[in-house]
Amino acid sequence: MRVRLGEDDTIAAISTAVGEGGIGIVRLSGRQAITIAEKVIKPKEGAGLKERRSHSIFLANVVDPESGLEIDEVLVTIMRAPNTYTREDVVEINCHGGVVSLKKTLNSVLHAGARAADPGEFTKRAFLNGRIDLAQAEAVIETIRAKTEAGLRAAINQLEGGLSKNIKSVAEKIADVLTQVEAAVDFSDEDIETLPSKALSEMLFQSERELEALLSTSVRGRMIREGIRTAIVGKPNVGKSSLLNALLRRERAIVTPIPGTTRDVIEEVINLGGVPLRLIDTAGIRESEDEIESIGLELTRRAIKEAELILLVVDGSQDQDSEDLSLVGEIAGTSAILVVNKQDLPQSKSIDRFALNRNFKAVVRVSALTGYGIKELEKKIEETFFAGDIEAEDTAIITNARHEQLVEKALDNIREAKRLIDINQPEEIVAVFLQEALDNLGEITGETIGEDVLGRIFSQFCIGK
Amino acid sequence: MRGKRARDKIFDVIVIGAGHAGCEAALAASRMGCKTLLFTINLDKIALMPCNPAVGGIGKGQIVREIDALGGEMGKNADFAAIQLKVLNSKKGPAVQALRAQTDKKLYEDRMKQVLWSQENLLVMQGIVADILVNQGEVSGVRLNDGRIFNAKTVVIATGTFLRGQIVIGEVIRAAGRMGELPSNNLTESLKKVGFEIGRFQSATPPRIDKRTIDTTKMILQPGDAEPLSFSFSTEPRAREQLPCYLTYTNKKTHKVVADNLHLSPIKTGTVSGHGPRNCPSIDRKIINFPEKDSHPVFVEPEGWQTSEMYLQGLTTSLPVHIQEKIIRSTPGLENAVIMRPGYAVMYDFIYPDQLYATLETKLVSGLFTAGQINGTSGYEEAAAQGLIAGINAALKAKEKEPFILDRSQAYIGVLIDDLVTKGVDEPYRMFTSRAEYRLILRSDNADLRLTEYGYKLGLIDRERYLKVKEKQNYIERMVGRLERIMLPPSDRINNLLASVGTAPISEPVSLVELLRRPEIEVKHIEEFDLGLASSPRELKKQLEIEVKYEGYIKRQLSQVKRFKRLESKRIPDDIDYKKLTGLSFQAREALDRVRPRSIGQASRVSGVSPADINALFIHIERLTRESDQIDAEQDAIPTTI
Repeated sequence: MRVRLGEDDTIAAISTAVGEGGIGIVRLSGRQAITIAEKVIKPKEGAGLKERRSHSIFLANVVDPESGLEIDEVLVTIMRAPNTYTREDVVEINCHGGVVSLKKTLNSVLHAGARAADPGEFTKRAFLNGRIDLAQAEAVIETIRAKTEAGLRAAINQLEGGLSKNIKSVAEKIADVLTQVEAAVDFSDEDIETLPSKALSEMLFQSERELEALLSTSVRGRMIREGIRTAIVGKPNVGKSSLLNALLRRERAIVTPIPGTTRDVIEEVINLGGVPLRLIDTAGIRESEDEIESIGLELTRRAIKEAELILLVVDGSQDQDSEDLSLVGEIAGTSAILVVNKQDLPQSKSIDRFALNRNFKAVVRVSALTGYGIKELEKKIEETFFAGDIEAEDTAIITNARHEQLVEKALDNIREAKRLIDINQPEEIVAVFLQEALDNLGEITGETIGEDVLGRIFSQFCIGK
Repeated sequence: MRGKRARDKIFDVIVIGAGHAGCEAALAASRMGCKTLLFTINLDKIALMPCNPAVGGIGKGQIVREIDALGGEMGKNADFAAIQLKVLNSKKGPAVQALRAQTDKKLYEDRMKQVLWSQENLLVMQGIVADILVNQGEVSGVRLNDGRIFNAKTVVIATGTFLRGQIVIGEVIRAAGRMGELPSNNLTESLKKVGFEIGRFQSATPPRIDKRTIDTTKMILQPGDAEPLSFSFSTEPRAREQLPCYLTYTNKKTHKVVADNLHLSPIKTGTVSGHGPRNCPSIDRKIINFPEKDSHPVFVEPEGWQTSEMYLQGLTTSLPVHIQEKIIRSTPGLENAVIMRPGYAVMYDFIYPDQLYATLETKLVSGLFTAGQINGTSGYEEAAAQGLIAGINAALKAKEKEPFILDRSQAYIGVLIDDLVTKGVDEPYRMFTSRAEYRLILRSDNADLRLTEYGYKLGLIDRERYLKVKEKQNYIERMVGRLERIMLPPSDRINNLLASVGTAPISEPVSLVELLRRPEIEVKHIEEFDLGLASSPRELKKQLEIEVKYEGYIKRQLSQVKRFKRLESKRIPDDIDYKKLTGLSFQAREALDRVRPRSIGQASRVSGVSPADINALFIHIERLTRESDQIDAEQDAIPTTI
């Protein structure tokens, strides 16, 4: 079990709930807060952060320290100890570029040396540093408990979402390796056969792959790297391109061309109210509509298969036909929003019945031509996204920067353990890293796996003299 | 009664039991200048080894070295009585290498007796303690079963397996502390009366066979090390005559005998109750738990130079003797073996050790300490370590001095005691290196560097030895500096050498330290380049090599230790009332109230206590300190001129 008390490291977290309009504050607190912030914040003008007055606000850019790319234009407040919430140096970064930039900004400060804050940790520091008076102490305890318990509930939710299950299965594997390593050390004078280092190395390699996969499916990581894989599908002439254009028109940033991963085509990412959509190329979007028939259903199917979100577009002014219906069949089991287009025209009566189909997560009526309903569509996409309706295939989702940081640390430790095994370093040193990896993962699930290594040894090996 | 009372004689420390725990406790207390009295049920049975004829081993060897560095006796005694010495895990990393000695049991007993007999301030008496005398929560002495009373400021109970001891062979149960010895039946009642919670454990020992009836040519020879080390830092390693052990294996025939007779096994019939150690199952248990294995190792170990008895490690059983014989005779090399003493199981009472403080003083009775198997441990080394710590703390208490506690980052002894008092036990507790978080630091080779200073300050280590350790410390630091400065230019000589051990040649000048950091390079490869290094003693070279090679990892653990220490140093007030801490879960309050940890760190290791509970506890403590600070501040607020 890991416990942290009054540590003097610097913590960071998003201090407003993610998903609410995508505007929020990244807050840092601790002795190194300003030093760390300085690594990622470039003031538009004037002095560096260290020279700024306390409680001053200024405009700056957040720059990713690794890539050097600008993340967002932000308002930064510097507050020096002791007149701050925590009585430590505090830096608040107001982001307005949406969820992506908020999370990217947090990510940057974490990479620059901050630690992701535990639930309630700012409050705890405020108390420990005497910011909150004695009369409030009980209340603080309750707050921390409540927050911790909220954290626990979240953990349970995540368990249902599969994160804990995934983490645990990796932790079990690592504990298995540790069991072998420890048995080889503590019972080498007994006649037991432990697995050869090649097998252990292979087990760790698998764990590594699983954690990497987990990391790549983390919502944040995915949002930043890829966006939600989205397909706009529909039969010809329902207005897919106009819908795309309508979506694009509304957004300021837009269109980042990135090379497709499996095919030699260009995909586009649009930034939709903070949620990036990565549009999967379904020919129909990029080619002229009268050519669509030659492309056929096969391409649409492929797009549906690859997508995490489907916008099925129908023409509300027409009766729905078998082609529309067959598309509804294709999207069964996916996250799909029905977009009823052409609201500027008189509507067909059949559309209401059609919209009842349970394959749709939401139904939005729009006019791509006039822009009617586009805002509503964005909102629905966002809601679907944050409700967890969009699942990254069937794997778990990491929703939490702290968890992501812990998984990254666990990965580092596993890689090091594997390296040490591969070059035949002593078991007790390998064990140090395996144990740390287990601690990292245990901090996510809240339950330590591999604590009873001896118990595992006794059940797996016939020990006894 | 009054007439029998030794009115004028108040001992500082009374120790009950003269096994491995009791001997260390009595020696430590008397060496610290305390008037000490040691009781044993039988003066002829001092420092007995009723089970295996060996001291040390993995995890345990480290403990013996630590006992020695603190001024205990076990290391020297084992060196003296050794008939074979061997470093276990010699092919593994340095942190888990450990010395094991096969010992002559009689020599071990005899030397310990001599040490006790010649110890100043120490009286040894035969007698059965029937009652612990407690006055208003404080221990005042002991009463023997003949009615005599002995008064003392502190009492250490180290009664091993004697509390309501029973031994079992087949269907036969006998009251006995060990085979053929009286148990101590009243003491348990005395302890229960005071309010201690008592549990029951069992353990077992294999049969001993006659050396003259075995055929060692059918077994694998297990010799000692050619250049044996010694346990004690004050015993010079020397070449010595050694006796080998032998290894043979059970087979399907053996297992059939066991399986066919399992209905007679005390674990099946229920004759034996209480938990036994998982690390040391009987052959019956092994056949039950691992039916797919058709062979188990049996180590045949001599019990001494003179005796013909051989110990059968791996064949622990309390099956009826005629079955024991069948089992043994189905094993290669033992076809004609004659049993000299049968194997047997022992059942005994123990005190749940979470009723103790880390000083091994009981929470219920001030001045009363318990050590060894009575605390739910197994093993001579674990017992001796507790005896030493209990003896030291009993002496410190008698002298009204601050207690002595080793933490988990300082010694295996610290890990052992912290585990006992914090987590309790559900089987006889044995040390394993995997129990220690910081084992890259808790090594056999540096036990003296870690602990001699404490032994010296306690008065258990003399100045000469202390200075020698300081010198060793300096030597290592100096040597590392020196090897850093010695630069080797590339040459055929060095590059041939590097090639011969399979590592890359150098093209630029490289320091000896840098070479030594390479996994393939040992001191012996580079000592030709520095005379000072070449002439250093073997163990020092080894230690130097470890410090250099694993520097990065050791530093990593040291920084973990720093973090650990911070939690350990956050003291919890002794009088804290957990029932009032509403911020804690009910389960945590119960658990903390039982264990009564002395620090936040220890509290975090109590089972049933979550990180949220620890946060809440921490805040409570901070609040308490701040409130008392505030009171202090108010009292100090005398107006002054500005």
